[in-house]
Amino acid sequence: MTVATSPILSIVTFLPLLGALFIAFLPRNAGGDRNARHTALYTTIFTFAISLLIWINFDPRTADFQFVEDAAWIGPFRYKMGVDGISMLFVILTTFLMPLCILASWDSVKLRVKEYMIAFLVLETLMIGVFCALDLMLFYLFFEAGLIPMFLIIGVWGGKRRVYASFKFFLYTLLGSVLMLLAMFAMFSTAGTADIPTLIEVGASKFSREMQWWLFLAFLASFAVKMPMWPVHTWLPDAHVEAPTAGSVILAGILLKMGGYGFLRFSLPMFPIASQELAPFVFTLSVIAIVYTSLVALAQEDIKKLIAYSSVAHMGFVTMGIFTFQQQGIDGAIFQMLSHGIVSAALFLCVGIIYDRMHTREIAAYGGLADRMPIYATVLMIFTMANVGLPGTSGFVGEFLTLVGAFKVNTWVALFATTGVILSAAYALYLYRRVVFGALEKANLKSIKDMNAREIAIMVPLVFLTILFGFYPALLLDVMAVSVKQLVMNFEAAVSQSTALNALNAQ
Amino acid sequence: MIYLAIVFLPLAGALIAGLFGRVIGDRPSEIVSTALLMIAAVLSWIVFIQVGYDHETARVPIMRWITSGELDASWSLRIDTLTSVMLVVVTTVSSLVHLYSIGYMHEDPARSRFFAYLSLFTFAMLMLVTSDNLVQMFFGWEGVGLASYLLIGFWYHKPSANAAAIKAFVVNRVGDFGFALGIFGCFMVFNTVNLDTIFEAAKGMEGQPMNFLGFQLDTLTVLCLLLFMGAMGKSAQFLLHTWLPDAMEGPTPVSALIHAATMVTAGVFMVARLSPLFEHAPIARDVVLYIGAITAFFAATVGLVQNDIKRVVAYSTCSQLGYMFVACGLGAYGAAIFHLFTHAFFKALLFLGSGSVIHAMHHEQDMRNMGGLASKIPFTYYAMIIGTLALTGVGFPHLIGFAGFYSKDAIIEAAYAAPALPKTVFWIVTFAAFLTAFYSWRLIFMTFHGKTRAAPDVYKHAHESPWTMLVPLAVLALGSIAAGFVFAGEFVGHHYKEFWANSIYEGPNNHIMHDMHQIPEWVYWAPFFAMASGFGLSWLYYIGAPWLPEATARTFKPVYLFLLNKWYFDELYDWLFVKPTMALGRFLWKSGDGAVIDGTIDGTARGVQWTTGRAVKLQTGYIYHYAFAMLIGVAAILTFFLRSLLTGGAGQ
Repeated sequence: MTVATSPILSIVTFLPLLGALFIAFLPRNAGGDRNARHTALYTTIFTFAISLLIWINFDPRTADFQFVEDAAWIGPFRYKMGVDGISMLFVILTTFLMPLCILASWDSVKLRVKEYMIAFLVLETLMIGVFCALDLMLFYLFFEAGLIPMFLIIGVWGGKRRVYASFKFFLYTLLGSVLMLLAMFAMFSTAGTADIPTLIEVGASKFSREMQWWLFLAFLASFAVKMPMWPVHTWLPDAHVEAPTAGSVILAGILLKMGGYGFLRFSLPMFPIASQELAPFVFTLSVIAIVYTSLVALAQEDIKKLIAYSSVAHMGFVTMGIFTFQQQGIDGAIFQMLSHGIVSAALFLCVGIIYDRMHTREIAAYGGLADRMPIYATVLMIFTMANVGLPGTSGFVGEFLTLVGAFKVNTWVALFATTGVILSAAYALYLYRRVVFGALEKANLKSIKDMNAREIAIMVPLVFLTILFGFYPALLLDVMAVSVKQLVMNFEAAVSQSTALNALNAQ
Repeated sequence: MIYLAIVFLPLAGALIAGLFGRVIGDRPSEIVSTALLMIAAVLSWIVFIQVGYDHETARVPIMRWITSGELDASWSLRIDTLTSVMLVVVTTVSSLVHLYSIGYMHEDPARSRFFAYLSLFTFAMLMLVTSDNLVQMFFGWEGVGLASYLLIGFWYHKPSANAAAIKAFVVNRVGDFGFALGIFGCFMVFNTVNLDTIFEAAKGMEGQPMNFLGFQLDTLTVLCLLLFMGAMGKSAQFLLHTWLPDAMEGPTPVSALIHAATMVTAGVFMVARLSPLFEHAPIARDVVLYIGAITAFFAATVGLVQNDIKRVVAYSTCSQLGYMFVACGLGAYGAAIFHLFTHAFFKALLFLGSGSVIHAMHHEQDMRNMGGLASKIPFTYYAMIIGTLALTGVGFPHLIGFAGFYSKDAIIEAAYAAPALPKTVFWIVTFAAFLTAFYSWRLIFMTFHGKTRAAPDVYKHAHESPWTMLVPLAVLALGSIAAGFVFAGEFVGHHYKEFWANSIYEGPNNHIMHDMHQIPEWVYWAPFFAMASGFGLSWLYYIGAPWLPEATARTFKPVYLFLLNKWYFDELYDWLFVKPTMALGRFLWKSGDGAVIDGTIDGTARGVQWTTGRAVKLQTGYIYHYAFAMLIGVAAILTFFLRSLLTGGAGQ
């Protein structure tokens, strides 16, 4: 059996669940905790290794879904899985970040270790499922169920205000979900199928203009919260602040990408007319997100909050890029999501490193770390630069391409969004200065230790990829190129068809 | 191969010193990185001869970079005369600065890091000058910005150094904001970012309108102005100059390399490189011209009254960069690059000389605490004299002179010869030459002449620098003497066309390089007299009648304060941009996110909490309840779906 014909997506999706099951049967004692950690680590590493087979066997020359599995499920809904150039890399990103999360929680999580590891492994299954699902119901299940472990991770292993944060997270997301579910129901009844590839093909013609508007807005409600887009972003800083380090990593690294992925999988191909007509609205929100949250980031006193706000600004580039409906803009948006998955994950891990030592996230509590933590200072500098989009880091490519796309469509949007490069430099360097530079004067910092071997092992792959994708982004861009091209072509065809139809009706 | 070696040897040096400096030790890091740069410098001179005199140009593809649709930016090297001149400037000064730093930084505990940054900077600068497309140029552009940031803030214990580093990076980003928009615009208009294709298409775009921000504007004017904004930031031109004086917080070798000889000239290089665009955008060129002229004048006035020895040289650099932009604006790109070339020698010399003084005086930088050092450090003294002679452009028209005489006077002459232009710019740059002579000699007199004002024990221990620092001074002094008369014929003289070949483009109506030799005799002598009178006045003020400076300052107090405070630009920007931005950030956070958005959400939340709070304990237990509730919700929804299916919901 070759990789192409084996159910590799299901294997990758459900391997973590298997690990979780195993952990559930471990005894509740110190030995059990240790075994839980090891099981989780090996499971995630193994899953990552297998997922690489997907990448290796992926054919970037076609826009079709690959590794497709299709089986009867519940009634008209099918268990259908498959990936294309848009979704495949998100699967890899998920499996890549997971072992790092487990490693990052190695020492810092001491309570309910078993449950913690189970939550993460279940979460991994659900997240991979989101990017593989090719059936509306299946997608919805993965998409929504993913909330539960995340909700638990924040609520049980979080900080002081974890209840408030998880509650806010939940409330925000729930509202969007309900609307999306109703929309899916409407789609199903109109098109008569829940098959995503079919809907991509026929959606534009099956859904009338008015219906597309309603569907678009309903999906927007869900995706906008996930992204998050301004003004429904305020759950994110709170959630990040309270979440344990690994929780933040997953939140910023993967969960935020589901909104952007959703736009590309559903909104653009299935509701092209509404997307086209509502693009100015999305542009406005994106530009506000970039400028507004960058300004807010400048005023932050909490390291994690600052990075959280910077995430919102970076996601603004993503929504802007997607709604340019241009190859560069969408390539850029996907690249930006992948890059942000690496860079923001790394930044939150960096915060975790000093939080584990000092148990505070307050910027003012630090200063002068470069003296005692030179390795840390270097690593944080690299990711700070990636965060401000310095060419040569992965952060540049996505920002650059989205802006190139935006400039073609609307120079005002590009102008305002480009101010983000000034503001991001300001808040990121200001943060770096207050934490790492300056004289080491605070008494409790005088004995702080540099990164240990485990922490270095976590950071090395992240540093490597940030620079690799900065200098040779073709590794990722080539994977998505054909699928994005197809998406853009279908979109343009649908829009021009509708314009022609309107012209005909007008006569 | 030779081209690749020039660019990547410094990178190798940076990586060795940066990654393994801790393992191999400081001294090996210094030696390796310096040696690699010296090899690169030798190779650069070979390339310079091959390209400039034997006209061997080359394009070296390296690998793919960003490909997306029609956008294709690759890593590649473009070697032509303009590039080769820059290669020589960058690697020569950089290798000398490396050598110098071995002596200057010998007490610093983080020398490997310092050399890693220096070499990294050199690599980025080389990528900038060899770029064959706008995106790689932007890579180098931001890369040198990063290195500059790291080196200004090298002594990170000092709050002032940290502040200066951030200021440099952020102000440069303001310029890069324009540069980036310019690149986007170029891609939109030309559908490519590759220089050759853009240059070919540029001619056809002359006078074509484009839609920018809802206005129909001349395409090339818009693009050139956006790109020039980047040049203004990098080259510290008027309005975006505020970071350069503060950048003097960095170690002095850094000032010599980055903030005098190389990085700050990147803007001039950019305009010359993009001459095929600027030549078809006359309005943009006029903007370049006037910004340059204003900067040349403004920075020279501020330089008159500064007391920090490095700040005087910094303002001088700013002013000289203004001269180069004047030349670009006139279309005399050859003259601009010639001045860039000679300036690299004498300005690096002046900075390294200042460093030698500072080294001798145990990190004293205030000239009011110096004086009488000529006898203590004679080698440095004579080197500085040569640098000053070159900077002020000492020389006899039609005869011979120091390096600056050839290049600066060429610009002043071009300013006179420019057609259809009032002679304002000519008078401004001539007057600025007078100011240049005044502040330059003021520096020499205050530092080296008269009775010393230094503390007795400091003065007693003032000593000449080690050979590693003096050799670079000697080499640069040689360049300051000879760079002018050796190369004038090629850069701006009768052979300029063959020399520059296709690396610089002149529009069909641009005869400035020819006209600048057809001017009345007195124009040749105008800069000479400006220079001589500047020297005379300076001598009078600081040697002849030393009570004069104070008396003048007292009499013209408002003017003096205005200049001393650098035209109050820092205060203005602080009030105009920095404070409001921070305040706006706080306001949006507390009021926007806090009161408005969260207020709404929390209100809703409280409502929900109130109803559920009765049934559920608000402890960890409550989370499980919610999780459970969600599962039930999913199940209910599924049931609903199925039921509606069975009743024929999907039967259509």
